[in-house]
Amino acid sequence: MRDLARMWAQALAIAMVVGAGVGMYVMSEGMLRSLTETRDAYYERYAFGDVFANLKRAPEGVIGQIKSIPGVRTAESRISKMATLDMPGLLEPAQKRIISYPQSGHPSINRLHLVSGNWFSPNRTEDVLVAEAFANAHNLHPGGSINALINGKKRKFKIAGIVLSPEFIYTLPPGAMFPDDKRFAIMWMSRPSLSAIFNMEGVFNDAVVKIDPGAQVNDVISKIDAVLDPYGGIGAVGRDRQISDWFLKGEMDQLKTMGRIGPPIFFAVAIYLLNTVISRWIELERGEIGLLKAFGYSSFQVAAHYIKFVMAITTLGVIIGCGAGTWMGLGLASLYGEFFHFPFLFFSFDFSVYIIAAGLSYLAAFLGTISAVRRAARLSPAQAMVPQPPTVYRRGKSESLIKGALGPTRMIVRHILRWPLRSVLTSFGIGFGVCVMVSVLFFQDAMDYMIDTQFTVIERQDASVTFIDVKSVDILENIKSLPGVMAAEPFRYVPVILKFKSNERRMSIKATAPGGRLNRVLDEKMNTATLPKEGIVLSKKLSEMLDVGLGDIITAEIQEGEKPTLNLAVVMVTETLIDSAAYMDIRSINRALKESNNISGAYVKMDKKYEPEFYSALKNIPSVAQVAVKETMIQAFRDTMEKNLNIMIFFNTIFASVIAVGVVYNAARISLSERARELASLRVLGFTRGEASYILLGELAVLMAVALPIGSLLGYGLAWIWASSLDTDLYRMPLIVSSATFAKAILVVITAGVATAIVTHRQIINLDLIEALKTRE
Amino acid sequence: MNITNNNNQNADLSPTIEARSISKTYRGVALDVHALSGVSLSLFEGEMVVLLGPSGSGKSTLLNILGGLDQPTSGQVLFRGQELTSFDDHALTMYRRDHVGFVFQFYNLVASLTAHENVSLVTEISQNPMSADEALSLVGLAERMDHFPAELSGGEQQRVAIARAIAKRPNILMCDEPTGALDSKTGIRVLEAIENTNINLGTTTAIITHNATVADMADRVIILADGKISEVRSNPARKKPSELSW
Repeated sequence: MRDLARMWAQALAIAMVVGAGVGMYVMSEGMLRSLTETRDAYYERYAFGDVFANLKRAPEGVIGQIKSIPGVRTAESRISKMATLDMPGLLEPAQKRIISYPQSGHPSINRLHLVSGNWFSPNRTEDVLVAEAFANAHNLHPGGSINALINGKKRKFKIAGIVLSPEFIYTLPPGAMFPDDKRFAIMWMSRPSLSAIFNMEGVFNDAVVKIDPGAQVNDVISKIDAVLDPYGGIGAVGRDRQISDWFLKGEMDQLKTMGRIGPPIFFAVAIYLLNTVISRWIELERGEIGLLKAFGYSSFQVAAHYIKFVMAITTLGVIIGCGAGTWMGLGLASLYGEFFHFPFLFFSFDFSVYIIAAGLSYLAAFLGTISAVRRAARLSPAQAMVPQPPTVYRRGKSESLIKGALGPTRMIVRHILRWPLRSVLTSFGIGFGVCVMVSVLFFQDAMDYMIDTQFTVIERQDASVTFIDVKSVDILENIKSLPGVMAAEPFRYVPVILKFKSNERRMSIKATAPGGRLNRVLDEKMNTATLPKEGIVLSKKLSEMLDVGLGDIITAEIQEGEKPTLNLAVVMVTETLIDSAAYMDIRSINRALKESNNISGAYVKMDKKYEPEFYSALKNIPSVAQVAVKETMIQAFRDTMEKNLNIMIFFNTIFASVIAVGVVYNAARISLSERARELASLRVLGFTRGEASYILLGELAVLMAVALPIGSLLGYGLAWIWASSLDTDLYRMPLIVSSATFAKAILVVITAGVATAIVTHRQIINLDLIEALKTRE
Repeated sequence: MNITNNNNQNADLSPTIEARSISKTYRGVALDVHALSGVSLSLFEGEMVVLLGPSGSGKSTLLNILGGLDQPTSGQVLFRGQELTSFDDHALTMYRRDHVGFVFQFYNLVASLTAHENVSLVTEISQNPMSADEALSLVGLAERMDHFPAELSGGEQQRVAIARAIAKRPNILMCDEPTGALDSKTGIRVLEAIENTNINLGTTTAIITHNATVADMADRVIILADGKISEVRSNPARKKPSELSW
């Protein structure tokens, strides 16, 4: 205890590093378990489906055929449609997906959770249930109403209840990359009412399936596809392709990675700190150890003295870490609550997480101190009481480095090189601080780069308008004549299964006009390229997934119309960061489909002045299914990502500072303890306080200077790990680390280092000259 | 009895440093320790003084105060008429840097610097130093100047310490038990180096020791007991260190 009081600052610095490791582990692992448990419970209780199928239109009886497929436990038919909404306070039309739900009772799959209000009232056809996220974004309440444009007719709906669905824990508007709760709604309507509106009595266009435990998803999917094929099925997907589940799983994978990478860094630093501090301490106390042993204390009792000290520090770290980790976990849970819509999400206080975190800490403490404590325990009394001979220095190869340098500088360089391993480890330790900062700031760089590439280089339109069905290209003239429209270019989406050898991908071919200027493709060097007239262009990610190269011929099974199968040559591979698309010339795909010029929608460039007129005109065009406004997409992205990122940056700044302060402070204290006599001698010789400080702080400065590039490199490496772990078919995190990121990371660590140096400088100033000179080394 | 003024032999010389009724009290938990009580003395230009006394007699405290490492609780210290006791830390540092050379019992060399570099530490910062080579030659260590402290014997280390102390051509050389850690033969070599400095450079020299034999090489011997000067005597003739033995 007395030792703790004497060395409290050093002890606290180490405890903070241990605490950071524990905190990060408790937060990420605790959150991971919370999410896993919550998701599993939610899926279980609300019977989340296993397979999801979309089709054009099939008679109700077809669902019976699906139910009879071996491995299918149950299946539900639904109607699922897109429509536009006219929301007060929103210029552009909002989109909604509207899904049928039983008039009374609940389906056997994808049941809803009622947050407030009521289920459908009997006899009220205009009742809808609204997903909570959209309701919150627009402050909608049960009893309120919503105006929609369905099948060309304006309709007013009454909000019966606010609900949550396991199918939409994470909601993405079609074709978007980020959630946009203000402009994309999910609603449910009673099956009879919805089928009346869309003329779908006795038919369905969406099916959800629950499979038997142990059944092969892929077998079931291919059998479902066979059943639905005649009815315009566009291919069933399992949970792995279901957006909400995919994102949730992605987030959990990230947490897992964070929990695997972060804490080991902190524990490694803690091991190193404990090792140096305890070794030095035992060195200083050799005499006392000898005395105690001479008095008859056993080796174990001597060792126990140091072990108690280490245990106290570690325990302090564990307490700090468990507290901080829980606090951060609670914060993260509420942040997740904004993106992931669960009926309940609590940060789970899973006892085993805390036990594992504590166990890891004590293991780190053990590894850090075992060798030093063993040395102490093994010292024989006689040996221990003989003072250590003066440190032996020799001229090394490095002498040329300090040729012509003054004495103090020579002292710095020789001291660093005398203990090269310790110096290198100190630099690595400080470097980890930079690394932690770089690896989090990298996300901002990567995001900025993605936004810039996607929204200024590739997508140059202001909005894209999608029609309910394909339309003749003539409609483009109508679009062009809307107020404020400066240019409009057509696009065509064609659902397709691309096959090459045994690989296949379900997706849409995105066909655009030749020489289009509003939506472009990039070659592998990120330069804009022209879309070839024939053949298919694949994004790099897609080409990797299909394992095809330039010149290969792939099979494209078109999933609409006559469903022709095309053989297409891969004529170009493009670089994309978002999505993994396939592109074709719109004339070429129309030719292949034996269609005259049909389009799915248009990219629009417009004059900002006429925005309100443009949107209000769109709201009145019945064939418009969706309007995606680029600016609001970017805004939605920034709103969600930046909030998330800023919190991460905040915590990581603290973590990086803890590491830098911990390592620098301990290095300074150890150096000060080793050199107190030398520094006092120099003061006696007439060196000023500043000149004496220079020797110690100069050494720290050199170690720090070495640490910065090491840390930057480590940070780049960690960014690379993040980038590789986030290389998915929905988006790819480019490995972009800006110089500003390096500068910021270095600045944080230097600031922490300088603050520590100031404290150390004060200790040098207060050095008791006479006391320091009395003791013999 | 005014000891300082009673010393007629030095009446015609000016004092390099002068202490006037200095006291030093260390505040303790239970009781205060009076390390020095009202000590007055002068050290004159070129004089060699030995301070004798048992442990705890206050001789190290006196040396530390005269050397500008410590301040007295009361009383005045004058260096060439300037009042040291009014100096702040920086002024005291400059006083040590320019005027005082220290030699300690345990040498206090910088382990990471060679003999030559240890001496250079001082020559790099003082105003009118001799070269490090010259200082090392004066103590007979010119040929060992590229050795690190760990490669030198105790006597050699102490001679490096002396070379380091005299390289700045100090006005006063303060030696605190310079032979305390050495055998007599080595100790005598070290004392010879100190004597050379005193004679050749005319440096006022104060040596603290509890070895009464060393007193024979001094001009004047000041004996301390219980924080007070108990006796001052002048040697009619200084003995050479080589004539000493213990």
